[in-house]
Formats: sequence, structure tokens, C-alpha cells
Amino acid sequence: MIPSKFDYVRVNSIDEAIQQLKQFNGEGMLIAGGHSLVPLLKFRLSEPGALIDISRISELKGVRKEGDRIVIGALTTHFQIANDPIVKEYIPVLSETVRQIGDLQVRNRGTIGGNIAHADPAADLPAAAFVLDAEIAIHGEDGPETMNIDSFIVGPLITMLPENSVLTSISFAIPPAHTNAEYLKFSHPASGYPVIGVAVVAGVGENDVIDYIRIAITGVGNVAYRATSVEEKLLGQTLSQTLLKEAAQLAAEEGDMASDLFTSEDYRRNLCKVYTERALKSVFYSN
Amino acid sequence: MAIENVNVKVKINGKERCAKVEPRTLLTHYIRDDLGLTGTHIGCDTSQCGACSVMVDGEVVKSCTVLAVQADGSEITTVEGLGDVNNLHPIQQGFWEKHGLQCGYCTPGVMMAMVGLLKQNPDPSDEEIREGLEGVICRCTGYQFIVEAVKHAAQIMRESEVQLVGEER
Repeated sequence: MIPSKFDYVRVNSIDEAIQQLKQFNGEGMLIAGGHSLVPLLKFRLSEPGALIDISRISELKGVRKEGDRIVIGALTTHFQIANDPIVKEYIPVLSETVRQIGDLQVRNRGTIGGNIAHADPAADLPAAAFVLDAEIAIHGEDGPETMNIDSFIVGPLITMLPENSVLTSISFAIPPAHTNAEYLKFSHPASGYPVIGVAVVAGVGENDVIDYIRIAITGVGNVAYRATSVEEKLLGQTLSQTLLKEAAQLAAEEGDMASDLFTSEDYRRNLCKVYTERALKSVFYSN
Repeated sequence: MAIENVNVKVKINGKERCAKVEPRTLLTHYIRDDLGLTGTHIGCDTSQCGACSVMVDGEVVKSCTVLAVQADGSEITTVEGLGDVNNLHPIQQGFWEKHGLQCGYCTPGVMMAMVGLLKQNPDPSDEEIREGLEGVICRCTGYQFIVEAVKHAAQIMRESEVQLVGEER
């Protein structure tokens, strides 16, 4: 499969990238690892006039701790994130999640910025991004701005990334020390994409009362989401197996489940219940 | 605005090579058609099967999902860079001795992927090898012999401290 013709420029700074985007006047697209974009180009689902290669901008690479957040440069690869000591120490659930993306070769090349900007509804990463209160840093014509993951990903392959701007980094909140986290997925056996993926960060305080809870679900419909009504049901309640079962039931009932080639809506709803309950139990009852 | 072809220069299997290609040229086509190194195979062409796996700057990647221009200036190792009949690379020796192939179509990609795995993990368990094989598909041998071949290669490498390819940078 051969992509449509396009022009190609390599840039060495964010400003240069923005300049080029302006110059190509809506026809230019950014490319980093290319593991979301190149497949689209080959299927000719995307036919940009020009590719602007940002993959060599060194300031967009790497992981650092800034106060109570972990900041990851947009060009950092999944392999680097999976094995990064800072990520493993402060937000291990992210390391566990990216370890489940694609395969060895894909993780060597795919980047976190590309993955989030692509906004594939079946991607693993958004689930972890939602439960770690991710913020997306963007550099546009008027300078830098940040957006919450909630307001950034708005639909399948649709984000609020403004025109002529570059996604520069993604920052994740370090969860409170007493919490546990988990990402569980039911993979499609051929593609490896989640038919459903559930991420949970949660903790209990005095008297077994749940005092911190984040639940996010990916792969089931048009867009990954935080299951806020399920969180509300759990927050402030005393932990019990029955409560977790009821919460999982609610997650399945309230979720917007798609029916597609892989599964029916009913089957997906059942998977949602099972995987939500397993993830919750793992977080609250492991160790 | 006419689209200009671009010069893509790489160091492949230790040799400097250069070709002028369209920006849309995939790395795998550049390697096979422009540089004439046909050991790298194309299987699915959709980044699933891994037959096109090569090392770029020491990391194994699927060359059907990388543009040649993106690899400009990099150091590439393909299956031709591993060894030859008289001087097999340990991974080739492993596949030879443990019958790690049948039709052989996927073998160049599988060997490159496993060189990548052994670079990250010189002493992988069976499970880790199987996990590492996630990105390659073989329709003949059913993987058991491939796992044996990789274990054998890992042992040879540990014992002889053979340098892995793609570590120059």
C-alpha cells in the first residue's frame, strides 16, 4: 500500500513547526513516530499535502517530575515510558498500560504525543490518562496553553488541538500515596486493541471508607471516558465486595457500549461489568 | 507546488548508501527496491506481521510503517547484516540448529525482532520470548521451535559475548 503524494519538511524547533503548519495552510500534518499516521496514509484515509517531521526536536523528549506531576515530552516512546524509573516509581499504572500497547516494534517507535493526538477510541493510553488527571500542553501561535484530557479528546479521532499548534507534553498527577492502581483489558486476539479496557486509581481511609477513586473505560465506544457516576457511587462509602459488584453493574448499565465486528453491545456490557469488578477488586484487595 | 524527491542517506549493514526517493516511499520499499536488499520481506503491509522488521539506530522497527525520509541519517541493520553462510550470527545459528523455520518467509523479520529482544533482555524466559514474538507472525512452525532457537541463540551470545548488531551508536 502506497500513500498519496505529499511534501516533506523536517523541523528542528516548535516555532519552526508552527511556521510550517501556517505555510501549508491547513494542508500540513505533523509526524513523529508515525505509528498512528503512516497506517492512515497507507489506507489513504488521510491525504495531507505535506508532512512536517517533528521527530528530531529534542526538547520534546523525556520524562521529568515537576512538583506533584510527572511531565512526559510528546516524543517519548512507549518503550521509554514503560521502562522509565520516574514513571515506574510515581505512576506505575502508566508504565503497565503502555507496556500493553501494540508490540515490541510498535512500542519502540510510537510516541505518547502521537497516541493521544490521534485519539483512537480503541487506544489503551486514554484510560490511564483519565485516571491520572492528564493535562495536555499545547504550543500554538499565541504561545503555550494546557487542556484537561476530558476537554481535549472529544470524539473518535477528534481532538480540540487548535490549528497550527503542536502538542508538546502530557503531564500526569501523582496519585495520593495510599492509593493503588490497575489497568485491565480484554484484548482483541488479532489486533491486541482493547475490546474493553478499565483503569482504576483508588484508596481507602479510616474505617475502610473509600476516599479516592478514579475509573476510566476505553475501547467500548466512540471515546474513552471517566465513569463519574460509578465514582460517585463509591466515594465516601465503606468498602465491601457487594459495593464493588454494584458499582461494576452500574458501569455496565451506564456506559455507551458499541456493537461492532468484534462483539455485540450486550457482550460488551457484560465484559464491562466483569472487567470493572476485577479492576476494582484488584485495587482494593490486592496486598 | 511540485513535490520534490528527497535524498535519503543511511548507513546500512555498515555501508553508506544513498538514493533519491519520493517522500511517500516507505522504508521497506527503499531498502528493497532502491538499495536492492531484498532479505527484508513484506508480509501484511499493515504493521501486524513483522516480516519487514529491521534495526534502526539499534531499535527493532517495522519498516513498512516508517517513511524512508524519517530514517535519513540513521544506521540500519537488515538480515543481510547479521552474518553469512560461513559466519552465522548466533541468532541464525539458533534458527539453523533448532529448526526455527519452515518456509522461511517470516524468518528475516523474526530474527531481527529477536535480536532486538536480546538486546533489551540477554537472558529471556520462555514467556518473555513469547511476549517478544508478539510483533511477528509465523504461519508454519507454530512458534515452539522459534522459542527454542532464540533460547539457543541467547545462550551462545552469553557464552561468547558476541556483540549484538546495531550497538555502534
